[in-house]
Amino acid sequence: MSEIQLTINGQAIKAAEGETILETARANGIDIPTLCHQEGVTPTGACRMCLVELDGTNKLLPSCVTRAADGMVIRTDTEKLKRYRRTILELLFAERNHTCAVCVSNGHCELQSQAQAHKIDHVNFDYRNPQLIVDLSHERFGIDHNRCILCGRCVRVCDEIEGAHTRDMRNRGIATLIITDFDQSWGEASSCTNCGKCVEVCPTGALFIKGLGAGEMVKNHELVPGLVNTREVVHAKN
Amino acid sequence: MNLDTLTLVSEQYSDELANYHHLIHICAGTGCTSANSMELLDRLNEVIKSKGLQDVILAKMVGCMGLCAEGPVVNILPDDILYRQVTPEDAEEIIDHLVRNEVLERLRLDTHLPFFTRQQKTALVNSGIVNPESIEDYIAHGGYKALLKVLTQGDRLAALEEIKRSGLRGRGGAGFSTGMKWQFVYEKSNSPKYVICNADEGDPGAFMDRSIIESDPHSVIEGMAIAAYVVGAEKGFIYVRAEYPLAIKRLRKAIREATKHNLLGTGISGTGFNFEIDLRLGAGAFVCGEETALMQSVMGNRGNPMPRPPFPAEKGLWSQPTLINNVETLANVPRIIEKGGDWFASTGVGKSKGTKVFALSGKITHTGLIEVPMGITLREIIEEIGGGVPGGRKLKAVQTGGPSGGCIPAEYLDTQVSYEALNELGAIMGSGGMIVIDDSSSMIELARYFMEFSMDESCGKCIPCRAGTAQIHNLLSLFVEGKATENDLEKLEELCEVVCNTSLCGLGQNAPNPVISTLKYFRNEYIEAIRRNPDAVERMEINHE
Repeated sequence: MSEIQLTINGQAIKAAEGETILETARANGIDIPTLCHQEGVTPTGACRMCLVELDGTNKLLPSCVTRAADGMVIRTDTEKLKRYRRTILELLFAERNHTCAVCVSNGHCELQSQAQAHKIDHVNFDYRNPQLIVDLSHERFGIDHNRCILCGRCVRVCDEIEGAHTRDMRNRGIATLIITDFDQSWGEASSCTNCGKCVEVCPTGALFIKGLGAGEMVKNHELVPGLVNTREVVHAKN
Repeated sequence: MNLDTLTLVSEQYSDELANYHHLIHICAGTGCTSANSMELLDRLNEVIKSKGLQDVILAKMVGCMGLCAEGPVVNILPDDILYRQVTPEDAEEIIDHLVRNEVLERLRLDTHLPFFTRQQKTALVNSGIVNPESIEDYIAHGGYKALLKVLTQGDRLAALEEIKRSGLRGRGGAGFSTGMKWQFVYEKSNSPKYVICNADEGDPGAFMDRSIIESDPHSVIEGMAIAAYVVGAEKGFIYVRAEYPLAIKRLRKAIREATKHNLLGTGISGTGFNFEIDLRLGAGAFVCGEETALMQSVMGNRGNPMPRPPFPAEKGLWSQPTLINNVETLANVPRIIEKGGDWFASTGVGKSKGTKVFALSGKITHTGLIEVPMGITLREIIEEIGGGVPGGRKLKAVQTGGPSGGCIPAEYLDTQVSYEALNELGAIMGSGGMIVIDDSSSMIELARYFMEFSMDESCGKCIPCRAGTAQIHNLLSLFVEGKATENDLEKLEELCEVVCNTSLCGLGQNAPNPVISTLKYFRNEYIEAIRRNPDAVERMEINHE
């Protein structure tokens, strides 16, 4: 694989051809915020948190799906980008019912961490306060749609890594909802293998292990990337 | 079918038509059939038969004649007499007058109206003349000659050159060069390749594509076949909304007949070219008009857009090179091949060549479908062709491009219609919906109407479009209800900027346009709405102190 040269935030960086801007940046200690990105599954460019500026175009690029190219001059941290990211986060907080103090993921939540990093202390929009269900029909796991940000990680992990495709989405727009099988309750979803990968990749407290109290749900971020890595190693050996 | 048999079919059918003294054309578009035009056709046939006139008068269905508000419309040839709002009860009187060579003045519509004389038809050339359910009629009017010309010449590059020379640009709204799009797919060496016709017309107030398909389905099929030959595809899909049952029915019939005549299928016209077309019915999602979402839907997935690049020309259906063109774009193709790219490019202004179909609706006298040369002014379209605003009201604005477009205020009415000029004004050409707004309408309510549409139609994948459109809608509601403050105006503008610049696909990127353009031209209405809010006025006064 040939090597390419690019500039991120004024820093000259070498990258391997085929890498995404996000991969290149993170490999060089430059963090770009993400919410829908999940190492090991197909990136979808859905959350728009990872948008970056590229010299020569006024279109913002999703760094998780844009390949790094030779000579690119990229900025990941301009005031404009920070303002856009704050708005996106505020939109998420206003969309459903995110009450950190009583959440199982309090202190370990990616949405909460991003809000802290972006110094969000209030939300500029009216809270929508939708009435959403909490499905506790599964023996070990629960899903609280009030905390879901529709990043789609659980859908992709279930489909691409576990191969079960138990999860999908129903409706569209603001009414979109994660479903199990044919919109059955999780406990009735016969395709679910109870593997729990969806719970581990969920960035918020929407998917959780039952029986835990506030702040007690700590997700294993290494599970899915580790699994994918192991599979690749085994595949290479064979 | 080869060129000789095509000519034979054409001559036979033309001879057959020439035997009749009079032809009665009855509009069979959705507008007129909803107003009972098919019963009128039956009744006319009964009367003709009962009077023993079946050898001298032929009543046949044709496509849309444009003036939908006056339907059912009937055209009598060769005299070119137009009757409007004809009912089955009028059939006998019409025939009686025809026999006596008299005109039934009671129903007559003046064909010298600017509505008819100021139009210039390319995509709609057969509309209102050809029976959309008869391939012979299409062939008799020069149909499939362009396809066979391209196939017999066998020079794909020459045909591509002709399309490029014509300057034709995508009629679905974005206005990308059709020739370039074809070239990108042509240049790809991997196969199979696919051709898609995007007939998922979904803007409120737009019915151009529906009308073209209902009136002249073969021109779209012929355009697709030419495109497929040029780019090297053997399989095509027409993605059409399930809400267009008549268009679907006519497409099915047209595909069947074209296949029967070996104008589709394997070894077309004795050459080595194979091409078949399948229909895919959209399940009612506006976002599926966006090309990446459309392709997901064709493949049987949830219709969510995907990031571009990769563009469809590189990785489209099943990751293969795919060409996607809009209905009207494809309907122009046979004409360009037949008459040459230079002929097409001789009409128009600047980089916008040829003609454009518009669906006129809203507060306008002649609601209906028109095709006009690019470069015509909005004033000519609205005041002359459209007959102006009815009821003594004043024109306030023209909305083009539907939920992705913007409003053009009355003072810009002398703008020449082109992709560039409309963009500059903050509107877009769009697919051709043109809604006329009079001075009784509130622009904030109009903006909210379009925002409600975008909010409902957002796929929900990316956050700015999903949650942003809902918040913009909420803010607009505050203005409509007189509960908005200056702070809300600021929030509204900021949020519009974020949704435009961060959304994943065209739906979200353009959804704020109706708000942005009304803020630009009708800001006073927003300010007045704030003044209606007693709390806001109090706060304004404190601020100013």
